[in-house]
Amino acid sequence: MNGYLYDLQGVTKEYEGRRVLNIAELQVRRGEILGLVGPSGAGKSTLLRLLNFLEEPTEGQVCFMQGTFGAGHPIPLSLLRKVTTVFQHPVLLNRTVWNNVAYGLRLRERSWPWAKGGIRRCVDEALQQVGLGHLPEQRARTLSGGEAQRVALARAMALEPEVLLLDEPTANLDPYNVTLIEGIVRDLNCEQGTTIILVTHNVFQARRLAHRVGLLLDGFLVELGDVESFFQSPSDPRTQAFVKGEMVY
Amino acid sequence: MREEIISAIIQGLWQALYLIWSGDSALREIVLLTFRVSGTALLFSSLVGIPLGAILGLSRFHGRRLMISLLYTGMGFPPVVVGLFVYLMLSRSGPLGQLGYAWVPELFTPSAMIVAQTIISFPLVAGFTMAAVMGVDPFLRRQLRALGANPRQAAITILSEARIGVVVSIIAGFGSIISEVGAVMLVGGNIEGQTRVLTTAVVLETRKGNFDLAIALGIILLILSFVVNLAVLFLQGRTFNE
Repeated sequence: MNGYLYDLQGVTKEYEGRRVLNIAELQVRRGEILGLVGPSGAGKSTLLRLLNFLEEPTEGQVCFMQGTFGAGHPIPLSLLRKVTTVFQHPVLLNRTVWNNVAYGLRLRERSWPWAKGGIRRCVDEALQQVGLGHLPEQRARTLSGGEAQRVALARAMALEPEVLLLDEPTANLDPYNVTLIEGIVRDLNCEQGTTIILVTHNVFQARRLAHRVGLLLDGFLVELGDVESFFQSPSDPRTQAFVKGEMVY
Repeated sequence: MREEIISAIIQGLWQALYLIWSGDSALREIVLLTFRVSGTALLFSSLVGIPLGAILGLSRFHGRRLMISLLYTGMGFPPVVVGLFVYLMLSRSGPLGQLGYAWVPELFTPSAMIVAQTIISFPLVAGFTMAAVMGVDPFLRRQLRALGANPRQAAITILSEARIGVVVSIIAGFGSIISEVGAVMLVGGNIEGQTRVLTTAVVLETRKGNFDLAIALGIILLILSFVVNLAVLFLQGRTFNE
């Protein structure tokens, strides 16, 4: 593992015979924010689903926290619960905001009985952090898009995951919510040391938040490097074109 | 003739009110048996139908399409055909009846009526539950898994999200058996004090020409059905107001 949280070697994913992802090598360091940019259909979301073990790779294996998982080697639930994803379109339960945020913690109640008394505290704290402390009793289905995304973020934060995967978390949100969510992500990484993998179309957002950035094109990881080198001296011409905003897709 | 019908309806209304108000013992017995038979059948069909509907809605396996086709066929079963099937199975020379086991219900008993009504309501409960579960946001399962739900926890949460549909499935199951007459008449025999329920009593009184009493019983059946459905909706609380 060489000290990496994730280590992917020769990972591919196919749907109905069509290869959508082909990662020769990818390592994720503990405590970093890794930005993954690329056009639609590049395989970014597919990669996130593999990293959250929601799907199995067609070939290759995903090494995560000293374990190796892949087809026929499912991840144990205890390890799966160290990772969570906030999707672009948050799916909230038809419950109150508070109960949505408490959901993941309640799932773990049986395995962590001592956490029972802490659920209220965790949920209240998470709601305060995302600026929704005043809406705990509101029905989730009545929230605006920005509020719903913040509830989804609070729900993930309350779990205190080792890895937080963000799939276009600010797409279609107004600048106020974008700034708010970016601030929360930054705080989460700095204060709690959460490893964050951020998938975004927005190269500016990747530049603002990430320590390292990777470009995915047609399922291939074209380039991966520190944020400075990625944006200022990219080695691959496709990356150069992408960061300049020239059409490469 | 028109005056006679109107008169019978008015008489029936009065008699229904009188029977309810006076607490008629024969009526009470019929109502209690109706609830016992239909309630037990609904309980059995819900216990099996809701999990089966959830499995069919959430899983993909070989034979699923065939099972769904059978379920849809079952949803349209004429009660009298179900009654005939149960009658033949439970009759002394039938495949189950000749076994003579204690767990095989005898014909012309409430237990036989429960079996028939369970068969009638079960496909409706399972089918509507399946449709409700399939109507839940398809991305919810992925989200629940990402939040750390195991398959059982995810299934329970999805059923909870589909709760309005699940309640509708129970109401549909209840509606199909509280109002059916063919099956209970065949396997129960409409024996006074033993297997007479509201629907069979309505048939009997109509045949005897006691239209006012038949209408009264019909009105009581409608009231009971309305009260039960109202109670189920009330138990659901504000879910229906969302």
